[in-house]
Amino acid sequence: MANPGGGAVGNGTLHNCKTESNCVQGGHCTKNGIVREAQQNGKPHINMEIEESFEEAPLHVMVFTYMGYGIGTLFGYLRDFLRNWGIEKCNAAVEREEQKDFVPLYQDFENFYTRNLYMRIRDNWNRPVCSAPGPHFDMLERVSDDYNWTFRFTGRVIKDVINMGSYNFLGLVSKYNESMRTVKEVLERYGTGVASTRHEMGTLDKHKELEDLVAKFLNVEAAMVFGMGFATNSMNIPVLVGKGCLILSDELNHTSVVLGARLSGATIRTFKHNNMQSLEKLLRDAIIYGQPRTRRAWKKILILVEGIYSMEGSIVRLPQIVALKKKYKAYLYVDEAHSIGSVGPTGRGVSEFFGIDPGDVDVLMGTFTKSFGAAGGYIAGKKELVDYIRVHSHSAVYATSMSPPVAEQIIRAMKLIMGLDGTTQGLQRVQQLAKNTKYFRQRLREMGFIIYGNDHSPVVPVLLYMPGKVAAFARHMLEKKIAVVVVGFPATPLAEARARFCISAAHTREMLDKVLEATDEIGDLLQVKYSRHRHSARPELYDETSFELDD
Amino acid sequence: MDFRRVKDYFSWLYYQYQIISCCAVLEPWERSMFNTILLTIFAMVVYTAYVFIPIHIRLAWEFFSKICGYHSTISN
Repeated sequence: MANPGGGAVGNGTLHNCKTESNCVQGGHCTKNGIVREAQQNGKPHINMEIEESFEEAPLHVMVFTYMGYGIGTLFGYLRDFLRNWGIEKCNAAVEREEQKDFVPLYQDFENFYTRNLYMRIRDNWNRPVCSAPGPHFDMLERVSDDYNWTFRFTGRVIKDVINMGSYNFLGLVSKYNESMRTVKEVLERYGTGVASTRHEMGTLDKHKELEDLVAKFLNVEAAMVFGMGFATNSMNIPVLVGKGCLILSDELNHTSVVLGARLSGATIRTFKHNNMQSLEKLLRDAIIYGQPRTRRAWKKILILVEGIYSMEGSIVRLPQIVALKKKYKAYLYVDEAHSIGSVGPTGRGVSEFFGIDPGDVDVLMGTFTKSFGAAGGYIAGKKELVDYIRVHSHSAVYATSMSPPVAEQIIRAMKLIMGLDGTTQGLQRVQQLAKNTKYFRQRLREMGFIIYGNDHSPVVPVLLYMPGKVAAFARHMLEKKIAVVVVGFPATPLAEARARFCISAAHTREMLDKVLEATDEIGDLLQVKYSRHRHSARPELYDETSFELDD
Repeated sequence: MDFRRVKDYFSWLYYQYQIISCCAVLEPWERSMFNTILLTIFAMVVYTAYVFIPIHIRLAWEFFSKICGYHSTISN
């Protein structure tokens, strides 16, 4: 999946430009530009060899995975047959007796997977949480008497479960503490609801303050904030492109991006995940052949990518995409939902991670849900762009604007990260996250699990492959009081079910060690250590590195 | 003590079989049905092998030895 020759940035030069023959002409100019930028910023040089691995599993694993799904499907057919003929009671939705002759309301076969495979292991999802989702949280215990069709709460609460599933990258999610005093004051002064849209009476001075702060944080001209992250993507992409434009989107983009692209009415073409050759081929074809029937030039070409892809843990190859975009004169839209606040030496996102001027990316989009412990999204870029979005965005016209306490929480979090509150706590959190990520990934890799994604990404997918193992993994982890998110078919390819760990700056070394120990044990029990590049475990080395980093 | 280790090993092996073949997520009656069918098929395979394989090997051996014998008589 990953392009092995691509994207090694070391010592401030783009090595791969020479191997990717297409990039050569544009590459040289950008190469110099990037080198100058990295030197001008005066930041300590980061050795950025883009190491992304998407190791393939051994063949027998894939065979067993498909076999497992096959058996599940056979039993699914059997159960459907029994339900259809009334031998067994049907718990899913059915039509009423009087309407049996009408056009069917429920497409039975489409829900086949949900009804027969997902239902059996449904207890691993939608678990109710009853405290703030910080590094530890409490969960309500629930049991099912009829094999997960219905649940009931036993009344007990499972306390102090280690949270490895929440997107709490900087650890800013917690119950009320003294640092949230300003949020309380804003709540006392402004209340909770805004009761209006941005265009009518919903623009508060808090929003203006927040937007100025976001623009300053990202080092761009202007920004606009919205109340919901998903709606930021789906409501604003249709504003930027329309019919007669071309959208080139990565094949693994998030649903919000895909929905926005489809709503816009533009032509959508997907390129292989993080694959620059595929993107370049599409760009060349678009420019050479133009629109499908009329052969006219495309009005606009927009490239949609994400900063960190949450299911793979891979980071976008931003330098190459910026080089391509400049060469072929396309526009770039980066969705930094997971990467803002969590990558980069000071947490400014993927453009800082690669040392690229944020002005090179046309539209910077991000959410406040992940690293800032709030809700909402933003779009940032040049002032003309943001002014246009302010007037034309569907979210601005129809959706209620962001609630004031939430805006204050974001302001507080951003000031913390930028250091404007006078402490270095924000920077420490960003560095702690980087340390935790590196340690966790290194240990998991050494144990022999197959991990996807970039070494610097705080989202760690551990591949489990078989549906039975996915369910067993989640249940065993909960028994050990660790909550993980496991993901299966519709969100990931059929054969690649995984468990996704989200590292947080609030996780201490002891918590991570506990989780690693539990994962080790369960990995041995379930035999999921499929990696063929296993290194031998050298405990002394870990202590050495932790010594260096702690000083 | 050794018996206990063997028993533990077999129960671990059974657990592996269960999670790989999705038996772990099936209901008990489905599980017993699947195990019964699998054991039946396995038993039939073993029986067929026991009854037929020696005869087939003997016939194959006679066939090939006849050919080699023919060959050697020709060359003589």
